Amino acid sequence: MPDSVHAIELTVNGEPHEAVVPGRQLLVHFIRDTLGLRGTHIGCDSGNCGACTVIVDGKAVKSCMQLAVQADGRALETVEGLSGPGEEPNDLQAAFTRHHALQCGYCTPGMLMSATALLEQAEELSLDEIRRGLKGNICRCTGYVNIVRAVEDVAARRGLA
Amino acid sequence: MSVPTRTDEQIATWSPPAPQAPSVGQSIPRKEDRRLLQGQGLFTDDLWMHRQGHVHFVRSPHAHARIGAIDVSRAEALPGVYATLTGEEVRGLTDRFPQIAPEPGGSAKDYCLAVGKARFAGEPVAVVLAETRELARDAAALVEVDYEPLPVTLDGVATTQPDAPLVHSEIGSNIGWEGVYEFGDVDWALEHADHVVRIPHLHFHRFSSTPLECNAAVVDWEQGTDTIQILSNNQMPQFAAMFMAPALGVRTDQLQFRSQDIGGAFGLKLTSYTNITAIALLSRKANRPAKWTEYRSEHMVGSCHGNERTFRGIEVPVMADGQILGFSATAFDDVGAFMRYEPLGGVIFSQVLPGCYRFQHLRVDYRTVLTNKTPVGPNRGYSRLQHLWMVERIVDIVASQLGLDPVAVRRRNYIAAHEFPYETPNGCLYDSGDYHAALDRVLELVDYDGWRERQAELRASGSGRRIGIGIGSTLDSGTSNFGQARLINRELQYSGNGEAAICKLDLGGEISVALGTVPQGQGHETTTAQVVADTLGVSPNEVRVLAGADSARNAYVAFSGTYASQFAVTGIGAALGAAKALRDDLYAIATSVLECAPEELLLVGGTLSVEGDEDRAMTFAEIANLVYANNGALPPEIADAVTLNRRFVYRPPFGVPDWRTKSGHLTLTYASQFHACVVEIEEETGATKLLDYAIVDECGTPINPQIVEGQVHGAAAHGIAAALQETLEYDEHGQLLNGTFWDYHVVSCPDTPLFKTDNLPRPSPFTPTGSKGMGEGGGGPLHAVCSALQDALGPDVVVTESHNPTERVWQLLHEPDAAAREGAEVRSR
Repeated sequence: MPDSVHAIELTVNGEPHEAVVPGRQLLVHFIRDTLGLRGTHIGCDSGNCGACTVIVDGKAVKSCMQLAVQADGRALETVEGLSGPGEEPNDLQAAFTRHHALQCGYCTPGMLMSATALLEQAEELSLDEIRRGLKGNICRCTGYVNIVRAVEDVAARRGLA
Repeated sequence: MSVPTRTDEQIATWSPPAPQAPSVGQSIPRKEDRRLLQGQGLFTDDLWMHRQGHVHFVRSPHAHARIGAIDVSRAEALPGVYATLTGEEVRGLTDRFPQIAPEPGGSAKDYCLAVGKARFAGEPVAVVLAETRELARDAAALVEVDYEPLPVTLDGVATTQPDAPLVHSEIGSNIGWEGVYEFGDVDWALEHADHVVRIPHLHFHRFSSTPLECNAAVVDWEQGTDTIQILSNNQMPQFAAMFMAPALGVRTDQLQFRSQDIGGAFGLKLTSYTNITAIALLSRKANRPAKWTEYRSEHMVGSCHGNERTFRGIEVPVMADGQILGFSATAFDDVGAFMRYEPLGGVIFSQVLPGCYRFQHLRVDYRTVLTNKTPVGPNRGYSRLQHLWMVERIVDIVASQLGLDPVAVRRRNYIAAHEFPYETPNGCLYDSGDYHAALDRVLELVDYDGWRERQAELRASGSGRRIGIGIGSTLDSGTSNFGQARLINRELQYSGNGEAAICKLDLGGEISVALGTVPQGQGHETTTAQVVADTLGVSPNEVRVLAGADSARNAYVAFSGTYASQFAVTGIGAALGAAKALRDDLYAIATSVLECAPEELLLVGGTLSVEGDEDRAMTFAEIANLVYANNGALPPEIADAVTLNRRFVYRPPFGVPDWRTKSGHLTLTYASQFHACVVEIEEETGATKLLDYAIVDECGTPINPQIVEGQVHGAAAHGIAAALQETLEYDEHGQLLNGTFWDYHVVSCPDTPLFKTDNLPRPSPFTPTGSKGMGEGGGGPLHAVCSALQDALGPDVVVTESHNPTERVWQLLHEPDAAAREGAEVRSR
């Protein structure tokens, strides 16, 4: 069962990368296994849970629903790009701690990336828009209330509320 | 004696540190957050071992089938396939897993791969190890299995009939365990009550709280040391060891478990020992590490589900003033194809036998039944929530049928605040609570009176919409006495409970705590640090907490793990005990070196100093140096007595319950939750909407109130999910119909109301810090949503199902006779 292979070029959290990827490789596996960025998680394999959410060319994308080859020529952002180890958490990450918006932390990177895209795309963000905007990300621990509060807090601080 | 030297300058500039404000009771930010927020958590799929292969299970497509020949030759011929393993090999290599049930249920044969026949669709029959994840999957598809399909048994009641196909022929029936719990005099009560309300049928459905991280393990059976290294997300490793060691024929200390971060578990990562056993065998056969990460579709069919329970023939004696004397019921608890934690559900429900009520006459005839469905695991609220749901249905149906106010019936029957500690008819001791105050508060939070007015207005308006207001009173019993297992099987040598922790001062005077608990988001690193910091007079930032399993740390007992609402008692009790023991060491050294009495010492900011003479002081670093690197200078009278490395086992004050009477002190703490919700129903479609939702919880003294509230939110979301969206449905062949997140409708953000919450602490008199375990939550929304639907639908309809999606609500409105099955009836004297 020979795999086709493809050369791709992309930026990952602002840094240029080149790689040769199997045709059947999912973007999420490329991110986790090849790039070694393990903050992007897998929760459902069917595009429902959002644990694998990353930002591609400014849009939130479920990386288990794309092949690695589709990232060719794109700008990829993962949770590791929000703040690196040893750096201070960014405003959204800090708000998640303040509001206790994470428990096990498994959904958190995907939730952060969806919220990042939501906050960056909006000029105004109401409570209902935040709740609907996070619909694609499942969290089984928090009941979502504190996640909504955290995003609302950041929206207010960024003048979007 | 030589005191550790200080320079004159140090002495001149030294001033006593400011006292540290206590951190217990404060919502300090969680210590675990930063790594999780920055994508630096270490979950099992993030771990790998050199030379590892990838595991893929071959699963039975049939719910019940005899297994003939298994041909692995095509799979093994693929380049890059390292090994395969089949059920027949497993039969030769292992013994069956030990069973908790007594005979005849205990004769069930449970192996890590199906042996002889498959008993549910999704049961592993063979397993493949290959170079890559994709290759392992490809190779598994080439394994050819001869199946001879057999008739299936799927209904939890019909499966007990003599003509039902047998899941385990060794047992001779599909009843894995049965027992009658009877207290007071139910027959007398039924005869003398003013009314008897009969509810022929209630059904609690099958669902799963589906942790977002699936099961995973990396296992290396190191042949040189004969050690089985297990990196996994199993949530109760020593329980796993007690099942795996006899099956594999190894010593328990050959099984070395480790874990770091776990992506939720909710009780469903307790029985993954069956998979881990197969992976260990595969690793030994291939002589290389084996890594397995479950796919979601595998998790849905192949791991475990929550218990489904059918209640039959419920009879409730009620007095004219609304006093409920008790109830009688028969319960059929459908546990699927294997009893992997079962039949413990058959006793665990009895921890909360009368619910929040003063019921005195109680009878439950309980059967653990086997079907050709996925085995169950102890899903959040395990066994108590099914029972408590029935109790709350009883209260609401009684109120509805007799035309009483459901709030008044609750107030009339709740255990009163002054009665705590309250002994139930079956000998359980409810430690503390104030159910009346909590009910009042939750009704205030939800604006009960306001919604009653809105309800009446809406009813009069003919708008085609209805409002129902519901209440759910529930209990979260925590810190189990494992002696209750003897009520199931009196031969089991289990009793009490416990947890271990090690508190240590390291070489440079740093404080660390190793826990036996295996947290999955409950914030143990934070709450442990708070308790230990207060004990040792430092800030929580200075306490490093090693959470997660690590057999090598030796911070465990047989019951270690994170399950059954107990960390705030057992885990905290162990950490507190270990910190106090370390403090004893520190005091012993300081009193000896500084030549003072213990009561003269101040412990502040990581320093012990003599009160009023603060130049006589030792920092933790100086004490550590003395013990670890300078022990020639240790005063001889204490040199052999201090280790700065103290292990403590917390042991709750339990005895052995009486198996003859099925009674005793089964659980140490009883957290309570009171839910009130408002449901709007669109009559034409049956669509429901939650308009308001309030919760008041009571869990003793909160260690970190924000973490407590987070647990309340999370448990409530699970209950709402189960009440309205999540159900696991099988077809007549035993095929799971909704085995992915496309069709298993996990609640999303807009589905969950913005809960209003409050906490009313009533400290437990029985626990080290007055705290109670509270993570499971007791399934309050299942009770409250059903209660609200009952309220909206009125006395002509009986809500008999725990799961009420749109189509069922429509049916209750438009085809009530068909929907409510046998309804309810009242016989009055």
